[in-house]
Amino acid sequence: MRTLVAALLALAVLAPAALAAAPRASLADIEDEVMCLECGTALNVSTSAVADQERDFIAQLIAQGKTKQQVKAALVEEYGPRVLAEPSDDGFDLTAWLVPVLAALSALAVVLATARRWRRARPSAVVAEDAPALEPDDARRLDAELASFDR
Amino acid sequence: MRARVYWPVTLAAALLVALLAYGLTTTATDTTLDSAMARGDRVDPPTSAALPLLGGEGTGSLADYKGKVVLVNVWAAWCNPCRDELPLIQKAHEMMESRGGTVLGIDVKENSGAALKAVDEFDLTYPNLRDRDGSFVREWGQTGYPENYVIDRDGKVAAVRRFPVTQKWIDETLPPLLDESA
Repeated sequence: MRTLVAALLALAVLAPAALAAAPRASLADIEDEVMCLECGTALNVSTSAVADQERDFIAQLIAQGKTKQQVKAALVEEYGPRVLAEPSDDGFDLTAWLVPVLAALSALAVVLATARRWRRARPSAVVAEDAPALEPDDARRLDAELASFDR
Repeated sequence: MRARVYWPVTLAAALLVALLAYGLTTTATDTTLDSAMARGDRVDPPTSAALPLLGGEGTGSLADYKGKVVLVNVWAAWCNPCRDELPLIQKAHEMMESRGGTVLGIDVKENSGAALKAVDEFDLTYPNLRDRDGSFVREWGQTGYPENYVIDRDGKVAAVRRFPVTQKWIDETLPPLLDESA
């Protein structure tokens, strides 16, 4: 019993620390969130000399045991904020955030307006009174046929 | 009803076209400097904003070299043609130094460690500034690497070289400017 309590106490103390430890950064995980500044493409699809130099820089930081956030902060320090693939939320870059939202809202408005228009323009249900009346024989046959489905 | 449906679409399309036009105009290469050079004019630098010093604290700018002839060398260690011309640039700096001139390197889009390694490798003795994301040289209408701009003693741009320099270009361009008085 004493051993069990000690084990639970140790777990309670160590578990939060283990959870708090940041995961080890990897080049593959960072590459797609960083730009090749010269090529204007994400680093993971860039093959230029400047991209190779950026990758070397990231690899050095990872080898030093830096976390992903620390690597990204070091990249910004060395290359400026444009090195991150995520656009900033000020100046012209703000349009990268606003345009998709505005486009989605516009598309939604168009869909709603079009649906409303179609609903109003749609002809009402087929008017039965325009259909020719059945002959008595046909009516009887139809009733018989329908009755056969009920059996 | 039809008008009510289409006016938001028209507005959205107009906004997108305006955005595209703005994007194109702001990212297009500025050729103002090249036009001025073609006319033989000397013009104010497109920008003389302060940039971080490479391998040191603080910032530096063209204003720090008032009254001097400055050969602004745009380079990066990852650029092989830049590396090829660095010995020539260093030699030009040694020639200019005793005549009231200097080279000012602008290291573009690279980490300071890589740039400092090249400074050591080529024994560069002139000051270097860091244009971390290339926004400084963009204003100069940069089209590639390396590039060189010459500033006269009055702080005007007197020459632009959009590709590697040669000894002949240095000999023809720099001495006459060094001979001028402010």
